[in-house]
Amino acid sequence: MKKLLAILLAALLVLSLAACGGNTEPDPSAAPSQSDAASEVTNPTIRLSTTTSVNDSGLLPYLLPVFESETGYKVEVQSAGTGAAIQKAIDGNADLILVHAKASEEEFINGGYGVERLPFMYNFFVIVGPKDDPAGIADCEDAAAAFAKIRESESKFISRGDESGTHKAELKIWGEAAPDAANDSWYISAGQGMGACLTMASEQQAYCLTDKATFLSMEKDLDLGLLLEKGDDMMNTYSLIAVNPEKIDGLNVEGAKALIDWMLSDEASEMIAKYGQEQYGVSLFYLLEK
Amino acid sequence: MDAFRQAMHLLFTLDPELLQILGVTMRMSFFSTTISCLIGLPLGTLLGTHSFRGKAFLKKLLHTLMGLPPVVAGLLVYALFTHYGPFGSLHLLFTVRVMVIAQCLLITPVVTGLCASYMEQSAAGILETARGMGLPSGRVLLLCLTESRTSLLSVVLSAFGRSIAEVGAVSIVGGNIQWKTRVMTTAILLETNKGNFSFALALGCILLLIAFVVNVAASWIVKEARYD
Repeated sequence: MKKLLAILLAALLVLSLAACGGNTEPDPSAAPSQSDAASEVTNPTIRLSTTTSVNDSGLLPYLLPVFESETGYKVEVQSAGTGAAIQKAIDGNADLILVHAKASEEEFINGGYGVERLPFMYNFFVIVGPKDDPAGIADCEDAAAAFAKIRESESKFISRGDESGTHKAELKIWGEAAPDAANDSWYISAGQGMGACLTMASEQQAYCLTDKATFLSMEKDLDLGLLLEKGDDMMNTYSLIAVNPEKIDGLNVEGAKALIDWMLSDEASEMIAKYGQEQYGVSLFYLLEK
Repeated sequence: MDAFRQAMHLLFTLDPELLQILGVTMRMSFFSTTISCLIGLPLGTLLGTHSFRGKAFLKKLLHTLMGLPPVVAGLLVYALFTHYGPFGSLHLLFTVRVMVIAQCLLITPVVTGLCASYMEQSAAGILETARGMGLPSGRVLLLCLTESRTSLLSVVLSAFGRSIAEVGAVSIVGGNIQWKTRVMTTAILLETNKGNFSFALALGCILLLIAFVVNVAASWIVKEARYD
């Protein structure tokens, strides 16, 4: 009970520090306690800040128990949109991040917060929408062409609108011609997670850009069809970045390194490549050439 | 301090999106509070001033509903108004109206319960007077309500407070759509998810400020009414 209270207090302290703006020095008590674990690792707790798509698709719950049983580490996964996932690391609340927004990742590294960007796996964004496809996007070459047709026909489109990796990818596809939710009534900026947006798209019979894994996991409850995949502009790359111990103190540096090494190992690669085949008949993530 | 400065900046530059969000928030909270009170205050007064069989059970039920988690209320209303739900043909999902409906489901039991407790403790005197005057029951109800208005104000304000601070139900049925159903609490949640913690806190400051202004205004109105 006392321990729980201490953790809560520490969390509160860090949050209020973060709220006071730009504070990068975390309270030392917020770092994971050097607990009395019997395992040989000195600090068994690794804090991984990641995006919802990797966690909600079931990939991490599938991989991490293997890593944990092999090494004795315990991984605490915090999942949020890419924006929040990165901010948590900047605030000193994570040892490493696993995200999918190249521009934000580079900003993170240029700010000195990250050690090195390690892109290691990818998949494709897909465009889903009403099964009768009123805008006729199914034959399009890539996402940009599909978006142009959606804009032309003013078909309803649900945007994440939450600065997540998926939202940033969507904005990149719109390019200069990004619709304005204030004036374009067909463009709906939902400000919610992927699952909530897909449900909304199904209700309103709207188009939506999504990661394939989340869509497949929800498909049976949605009245939506998978209309376009594998355009050149729809690739979605995931990277691992260890937080820089020179910038942020109280990090579990060995733990972060151990997890990264394991994620890049042949064993994990094999597991990642197989993930999804049993349940959906297709792989949900592909490995980048090393 | 940064958050507070940001809040003041947003307010004084009259940020159009902030004003729109504030507008939706006030509209939603006004209607949720009004409707809940129109149902809950008379119901609570009846419950507090009458005894009948099954009253104890009814009160237990009411107290349970007072603790109804907002997400559960949101889910129930969502299930009713979803495309294939019983009221799907009304196309109300993701509108401010359905947000008001979900909030009424949450707040009406609170108003009824609080009002009933108050009446049980304090209405005995009023009831005696009313009986002595031989008033019909409708007038008795009205008398109870008008005589207790100062105390019932805190009931109304708790209803308003619950409405304006609630996020679980409105994000499910409203969908947090920009320029349409986004309210202060869902905006705060969104900014938190984006990682803009200090901006989120700034919005929180503004929400508190509004709650304060509404409270001051309401007590002033009731005070004025008493002197009339």
